[in-house]
Amino acid sequence: MVTSNFDYFAPTSVDEATSLLSRYRGEAKVLAGGHSLIPMMKLRLAEPGVLVDIGQIEGLSYINESSDGVAIGSMTTYREMANSSVIQSNYPLLADASAKVADLQVRNRGTIGGSLAHSDPAGDIPAVILAIGGNVVARTRRSTREINIDRFQVDLLTTSLRDNEIITEIKLPALASGTGTAYSKFHQPASHYAITGVAAVITVSGGTCTDARIAVTGAGDKATRARRTERILKGKELTPAVIRRAASRAAAELEDSLNEDIHASAEYRAHLTQVHAGYAIDQAVAAAG
Amino acid sequence: MSTEITVTVNGTEHTASVEPRLLLAHFLRDVLNLTGTHVGCDTSQCGACTVHLNGEAVKSCTVFAVQANGSEVTTVEGLADGESYSHVQQGFWDEHGLQCGFCTPGMIMTAEALLKQNPNPSEEEIRAGIAGNYCRCTGYQNIVNAIGAAAKAGK
Repeated sequence: MVTSNFDYFAPTSVDEATSLLSRYRGEAKVLAGGHSLIPMMKLRLAEPGVLVDIGQIEGLSYINESSDGVAIGSMTTYREMANSSVIQSNYPLLADASAKVADLQVRNRGTIGGSLAHSDPAGDIPAVILAIGGNVVARTRRSTREINIDRFQVDLLTTSLRDNEIITEIKLPALASGTGTAYSKFHQPASHYAITGVAAVITVSGGTCTDARIAVTGAGDKATRARRTERILKGKELTPAVIRRAASRAAAELEDSLNEDIHASAEYRAHLTQVHAGYAIDQAVAAAG
Repeated sequence: MSTEITVTVNGTEHTASVEPRLLLAHFLRDVLNLTGTHVGCDTSQCGACTVHLNGEAVKSCTVFAVQANGSEVTTVEGLADGESYSHVQQGFWDEHGLQCGFCTPGMIMTAEALLKQNPNPSEEEIRAGIAGNYCRCTGYQNIVNAIGAAAKAGK
């Protein structure tokens, strides 16, 4: 399959890339790993007139740990995150989810920044980052801003990123001691996309949940916090009954936007979301120790 | 608009002027006549087009040739040393890791990358490693055996 024609630029700095985005605003798309954009272009679902390939820019691929947390360069690949000891020890669910994206070849190319910017409704990374919390750093030619991940995913394939902005970094907060994390996904066997995936980040103190962030992907039109589940968990002693009740509300926020396709009906997706919420919460609580 | 690119393929540097929309798979097959790289599904799923880009396995139907500018590419044609096959190629020969052979180049390139990352994989790790490569003939058993044999031979 052949994509539409486009003009191609391979800038070697973020400044040069953001200048190109300003010059071709509305016409240009950013090419990162390309594993969502190129398939869409081949199907002519996307026909950008200009591609700004940020793959030649040095210094966008890194994982830096500090006392505040971890900063991840936007061009860091799934494979690099899955293999990173910093990610494995600070955010085990991100390492685990990265290792479960698609297949080895895709993990070598696909990036954290690309995954967030594309915001696939069945992508793994958006839900995981939403559960961890943190900020997306976006740069234009003139300015830099940080977008709270809770305000980043807007709609199906839509984020609050402007068309002259490039994601340069993802800033994740240090997790409180006593925090356990888990990602539980039911995947479509051919594509490995999530039919449903639930990410859980839970802080436990003396058997009681002091904080919880739960996010769901695959079931709705975008990665979404399961706030009712979080509310049921917070402040409670984490008995099996409380966890069961919390998991049973995991699809509540998605009622109006549940996906339905050849792989799973809306009803089945809602059910799977509750089941995997239970698994993710159980695993996160166990990991919290 | 054409773009001039220089790509080192199997150790030989090639310079060509290409349309930006030319996929790496078609650059290899149609410009360099390296037809060992196959295009199967053309939708980033089947892995028949797998090559190594700077040492990492990628699906060449999902990379534009211009993205490989300045890079090193290895295709299935670049594995054998004269008459001497790589361990993975020999493994596929010895274990009959193919029937029709269409998926084989991609399967071999992924297996090479897998063994470089993990020289001693379990059967489960082999199966997970080739999750991005589809074979519609064999049921995978002999392919898994072939990769296991290659790992053993590489020790």
